[in-house]
Parts: sequence; C-alpha cells; structure tokens
Amino acid sequence: MTHNIYFEDIEVGQEVPAFERETDFMNWNRYAAVNDEFVYLHMDDAVAKAAGQGEAFGMGNLRWAYVMNALQSWVGDESEVRELSMQFRAINQKHEVLTTRAVVTDKQVEDGEHRVSLDVNVINQDGVAGAPGKAVVVVPSRGS
Amino acid sequence: MTTAEPETLVTQDMINARGVWGSENTSYPVTESDIRKWAIAVHWPERPPRIHWDADYANGTRWGGIIAPRDFNPFTWPVERPARASAGPVPGQTPKKGENILNGGQADTFSAPIRPGDVVTSRSRLSHWEEREGRHGLTIYAYTETEWHNQSGELVKRRISTGIRY
Repeated sequence: MTHNIYFEDIEVGQEVPAFERETDFMNWNRYAAVNDEFVYLHMDDAVAKAAGQGEAFGMGNLRWAYVMNALQSWVGDESEVRELSMQFRAINQKHEVLTTRAVVTDKQVEDGEHRVSLDVNVINQDGVAGAPGKAVVVVPSRGS
Repeated sequence: MTTAEPETLVTQDMINARGVWGSENTSYPVTESDIRKWAIAVHWPERPPRIHWDADYANGTRWGGIIAPRDFNPFTWPVERPARASAGPVPGQTPKKGENILNGGQADTFSAPIRPGDVVTSRSRLSHWEEREGRHGLTIYAYTETEWHNQSGELVKRRISTGIRY
C-alpha cells in the first residue's frame, strides 16, 4: 500500500498539481453519455443563444469532475476527498482551456482524521476563475 | 409589446415541497463497466486511474477492489423517465421568463465509496430558496438536499445543490 502524500508533509499555501483540459463536444458528449445528460443547452448553439448564453456550453458537473480528478490524483488511491463544494459561475465555452487550481488553506485533526482544507477553482485560458469552491481531503499521518 | 417582469418565480409547487422528502429513487446495480466508462469520460483523452478499471491493481489497495470516482452518478439511464425531451429550453421555442435553468453548483460530503454491485438509494427535498436580480433579470436560487445510501445502509454522500432559474 503506497501513499502519495502524508499530513506532515503538506503546508498551508501549497498548490495541488493542476488538471488541465481543452473542452469541446468531444469531452462534453462523452460526459453526456455516461451521465445521461442530454440537455439542449449543452448540444445546440441556437437553443443556448435563445437562452442568452451565446452558444452551447459545457456541463458544470464536468468541471466538478476535473477538480475531483486533481484532488484525487494528488492524495492518491489510498486517501479520500471528504468534501467538495463549488459554485458554477462562469459558463464553460467551447474550446476553452480549463485548469484546476487548489491551494491548501488549513490542516486539522478532527474525529481521528487528518484533514486538509483547500480553496479550489477552475480557471480558463484568459485567467477567468469561474467555479470557486472549497474542499477537504483526508490523508494518512506518518505517525499512524 | 413587452411582457411585464413577474414579481416572483416562486411557484405553489415549491411552497408545497419545501422541507418535504420526496419518494426514494433506487439505482440499478452498478457495474464495472459503468465505472470504467465514467472514469474514461471524466479523464478524456488521458487514461483514467487504475483504481477505477483494473481489478488486479484495485484488489491490492485499502479498498480491496474497484471503486467509482467520487463524482460518479449511479442514477443514469432509467427506463422510466419524464416525458420532457430536455431540461431547460428546447429548439424552436423562445423560453419564457422562469423557464431558463442553470446548474449553480453543489456542496457534497462523501462517505462510503461506490463499488461494482452496489445499489444506491437517493432521497431529496427542497430546502430553501432566494430570489434576486441577476444578469438575466429576476433569478431564483433554489437549494435542494440529497442523501445517498448503499444497500448496506451506509451513507454514500450528502449534497446541497443549487438550481438557478431565470
């Protein structure tokens, strides 16, 4: 059993390695297929335009998955993402390059768990941060 | 002719539903293929982590087998489904005020992971809402609580989701 990271090695201010994707229908249609999410706003430019959104846009939950991927990749398979919250503010437009950002804000031991708190977001190629949120991951301690 | 902006987007159905748990929804049994396909989709175009598709590898982890990504949804592809073609606006129609919807986000607390063979039960209730003027005029933010449990009664996750309607 190998651990990616230990509680003692994590510092406040530390940044989690990013998960980056250029998104368009190749990503969105695969996500629509597995999540059974066939919504015209994500498939039809004319419908999205009529709704005041310019063109078809990506699913908020796919950005959620990208942040989850970044956190889980960082802590490794033996550790857990305990909490994740995000607000989907900006729309994910076609061909945007999305980059996750997660920064450690706190560490605490609670109910026997070594918990690490983070601020998270998803940023596009223009630096627009469109999905702010918070996360808690539970990681092993070297002493346990 | 312009249509006057409504004073509220709150409906009687919302008032009646507030705080009342809806009927339970039970998933089909989760399969290894469901998990593998989900993992491929959310990692596309790169290969997903082995914990989601390689049983030999996953057996050697603390989980003792394949687990789903925490964002996995086991409630997809029901046979019985609402008659509506799509959530939100549809082609050829100009959406009326209050018919536009967006996913505003969510806050999840995760507990037991989902594994192949799991049957997950969900229940939800409308918690509360707030209305305010936004970029698209009067906008309502409705907050829904959801709980998922597996077939052993273990909590899988709790969610507060934000639905936006304008």
